[in-house]
Amino acid sequence: MEHYLSLFLKACFVENMALAFFLGMCTFLAVSKNVKTAFMLGLAVIVVQSITVPMNNLIYQHLLKEGSFAWISPSLANVDLTFVGLISYIGTIAAMVQILEMFLDRYIPALYTTLGIFLPLITVNCAILGGTLFMVERDYNFPESVVFGFGTGVGWALAITALAGIREKLKYSDVPEGLRGLGITFIVVGLMAMAFMALGGIQL
Amino acid sequence: MAESTKDILTKPIFRENPIALQILGICSALAVTTKLETALVMSIAVTMVTALSSAAIALIRNYIPNSIRIIVQMTVIATLVILVDQFLRAYFFSISKQMSVFVGLIITNCIVMGRAEGFAMKNDPAASFWDGVGNGLGYSFILLTVATVRELLGKGQLMGFQVLSTGDDGIYTPNGLMLLPPSAFFLIGCIIWTIRTFDRKQVEAE
Repeated sequence: MEHYLSLFLKACFVENMALAFFLGMCTFLAVSKNVKTAFMLGLAVIVVQSITVPMNNLIYQHLLKEGSFAWISPSLANVDLTFVGLISYIGTIAAMVQILEMFLDRYIPALYTTLGIFLPLITVNCAILGGTLFMVERDYNFPESVVFGFGTGVGWALAITALAGIREKLKYSDVPEGLRGLGITFIVVGLMAMAFMALGGIQL
Repeated sequence: MAESTKDILTKPIFRENPIALQILGICSALAVTTKLETALVMSIAVTMVTALSSAAIALIRNYIPNSIRIIVQMTVIATLVILVDQFLRAYFFSISKQMSVFVGLIITNCIVMGRAEGFAMKNDPAASFWDGVGNGLGYSFILLTVATVRELLGKGQLMGFQVLSTGDDGIYTPNGLMLLPPSAFFLIGCIIWTIRTFDRKQVEAE
């Protein structure tokens, strides 16, 4: 249990997708103008991330990894399909997002209308694919991948909500002309990343 | 076609830089800029993928049904990225290890997708190819600038060679912050500020 808790904390704070690995930056900067939408997007990322990472974990462990076909016949033991990994992960992500969208539309229309355009946007969010690729690189097993997916999602949501909060306040400050908008946002994100690094030493 | 090839090629470098103006493709970029070497490889990889995917998509643009165009573009891009990834693993294994997941993340790099969707779907293959190269160069420009500053100030090195001597009798004390993630954000912020000081059209209204 402790192992999973520390994995969660690591995924969520120490290795925060947005602030330590710069993942999902495009949406992170573009959709952080007000807290409400940022929070909604964060929520969507948590949901998609906790579904796709374990899903891709199953695909990797049982279809792509070397020796995953050994149960069919020993002659297939050294089939290694990891080179088609990228294309199958992105396919899974796109399909999952599509299914989730249809599901929400049918059963939870209120949430569907609130999330709106953000759901399809998530397909091209690097944090999602990044989560999957880190999971593959570190060879997590299934329960670990569930925790990791959820943790990274929460970390990303936390970061974007916090940034949106700061940017809302920033509207009232007098920023030099050339730095307005995008420039100052980068500086703020840099400061946030420094703050998050203080959590680096945490170990359970 | 009103625009000449030269325009298509040079515009994205300063005037319409994909990173500084459109905030595209920063995602995978910043993590590889602690060293000039990895940044250079990343720049070449992204330029290649953007140029070739734009050309390929422009070639089949009239045959792609509108409703599934995103998935077709994704497949073309993913295939090219797999090629780049396999090539790096075969010939530059140590660099490919350092870049870890970030080669794979070129797939979700918004520049590639953005050029495919925004330019290649409406223009002929040759123009799309040059547009891809131009945007790749605009991306490389920012990446290489950031990486040069970070490696030089962080370690006193360039491409792994010691430029400023460090240590007890050296002339330079390395600034450790430059090797950490936050510095990349500060540097990009400053680059944007510089570009916008010279090109006032890009300044955002409040």
